[in-house]
Amino acid sequence: MPAADLVVSVVVAGLLTGLVYGLMALGLSVIFGVMRVVNFAHGELMTLAMYATVFACSAFSLDPFVVLVPVALGFFGLGYVLQATVINRFITKPEHVQFLLLLALATILVNAQLMAFGPDARGVQTDYQLDAIELGPLLIDTVRLYAAAAAIVASGLVIAFFRFTLVGKAIRGCADNHLGAKVIGLPVERLYALTFGLGASCVAVAGTLLVLIVEVTPGAGPAYTLLGFVIVIVGGLGSIAGALVGGVLIGMSEGVAGLFVSPSAKSMVSFALLILVLLLRPAGLLGKTA
Amino acid sequence: MNKQVIAAIGVSAIVALSLPAIVSHYALSIAIATLYLAFVGQAWNVMMGFAGQLSLGHALYVGLGAYVSGALFTHLGIAPWLGLWAGVAVAVSCGALIGWLAFRFRVTGVYFAVLTIASAEFTRIGFDHLEWTGGPAGLFLKVAQRDSIDILNLRGPPAMYYYALLLLALATLGLCTWLLKSRVGYYWLAIREDEPAAEALGIPTLRFKMLAVVVSAALTAVAGVFMAFYKNSLFPEQVFDMGRSIEIVLAPIIGGLGTLLGPIVGAIVLTLLGEGTSAALQLAGLELPGMKQVIYGVLLLVTVSFLPNGIWPPISRMLVGPKVRA
Repeated sequence: MPAADLVVSVVVAGLLTGLVYGLMALGLSVIFGVMRVVNFAHGELMTLAMYATVFACSAFSLDPFVVLVPVALGFFGLGYVLQATVINRFITKPEHVQFLLLLALATILVNAQLMAFGPDARGVQTDYQLDAIELGPLLIDTVRLYAAAAAIVASGLVIAFFRFTLVGKAIRGCADNHLGAKVIGLPVERLYALTFGLGASCVAVAGTLLVLIVEVTPGAGPAYTLLGFVIVIVGGLGSIAGALVGGVLIGMSEGVAGLFVSPSAKSMVSFALLILVLLLRPAGLLGKTA
Repeated sequence: MNKQVIAAIGVSAIVALSLPAIVSHYALSIAIATLYLAFVGQAWNVMMGFAGQLSLGHALYVGLGAYVSGALFTHLGIAPWLGLWAGVAVAVSCGALIGWLAFRFRVTGVYFAVLTIASAEFTRIGFDHLEWTGGPAGLFLKVAQRDSIDILNLRGPPAMYYYALLLLALATLGLCTWLLKSRVGYYWLAIREDEPAAEALGIPTLRFKMLAVVVSAALTAVAGVFMAFYKNSLFPEQVFDMGRSIEIVLAPIIGGLGTLLGPIVGAIVLTLLGEGTSAALQLAGLELPGMKQVIYGVLLLVTVSFLPNGIWPPISRMLVGPKVRA
């Protein structure tokens, strides 16, 4: 039986990492919520952002928290172009056809990263990486704290965008009623492109933050995609708050399972949680029950 | 059926039967992989193509068939023909449990797909911790002499597996043809097209969706048994990997979802694309790791952009006129 303060430390670390997971899942949730497209290439976009951060940091000797802004903008552009040129043409196609399209994109992304960066794990170096804050008996890693704070700010911006801006409201209109949005003359396709760009920048910021905590390999993409699914479904697919709650829940359960069962079994706990939520509350914890 | 079709069937039959005698070892292994994909694709197609239930976790059933029969053979010396039934029974029970829970709790569409992925991943990690099957270190089947044929224990040269899979693929094609033309098939199509309407017509949708899952899981597990005895080594990371599940769904979607020949055409086309890309890259001297998969992904993208309904439907229209849909 591990000591109580160790358990609390692990739970806090899981909570902080979970907020970063939540931001990643938020991107997935926004894309699904608006366009009903399941982004099977989400984790692959995340590893791409992680690599972009690693290289920007070492090439220009910048801090990841500075690199965050250009990476987010770059991924917004990438997401916008991807949706405008390719995915928009598949919006009305059946689910399995969309699945195949995004799977093809994911395959290209994973292997292009393998070609470009090689199979080795990469990470970023910062001089505060090993710092920790002592809070009574608790030890909290500084990077996790900063990363979680940044994830909260980024999520707050996304929520504010959807709640207060006219464009955000228009996108929500498209999500609620595709045909109605077209009837009143909203540029639906452009709004979709904006949405995918926004989802991509969420995952990009999450990637930039996560690479502070874990190293990146090209093959990690599919596992992150899966993690994203688990989180959004636990939280409620299409719900912004749900993505964050799901992220925190999965982050903490991973930490606790790693401590009590075995590190290799930690994702088993997440999958068990997912199966449980799917069966008891298919719409997710914070999702609307139809 | 016109003369061209009969001629095409005749030529393919001769090619299929004489293949092990004329091609190299490597080409035969590719042919076996293709037959495997055609066979499991056909099995998956029953669930998604016929009954409209999207499973992205079919590696689960392959793995259960493979592991159960393989472990029984290794530890207890039980012949694969008996182990096969045990493997099928376990896979069917798992499929039935997942299906029943999902349908009972109205988990549909994307949610159902994610449930199937989660079940497969859950099982993968479970097998990683199962000592009886070797855990992550893998399960190894006793390799006997590859020259002598021992049908009883499924030990023999690759050609034996080739013919066995060919027979299975054809038998499954026959089974699916019969199912699709029977009452069950029409019920499935009704459920796929409009489930509430099917229910309103009095079709017991839960029972027939369950039947689709059970048939699909059973056939997939059989494929797993043969793969276990062909490959002789099983690792949870490989057998239950999400990539394996995705591999299974590609051929029927590329070939033509819900069609009878789609999975077979898809498997052949995908193999040719993959092998063709390898050969071309080798010739060009560009064998970077990942290059092949990037090109494969691009080809997949092009195919799905221009032929969203698959390759087989337009060919079938050309061959036999627009009326026949199989």
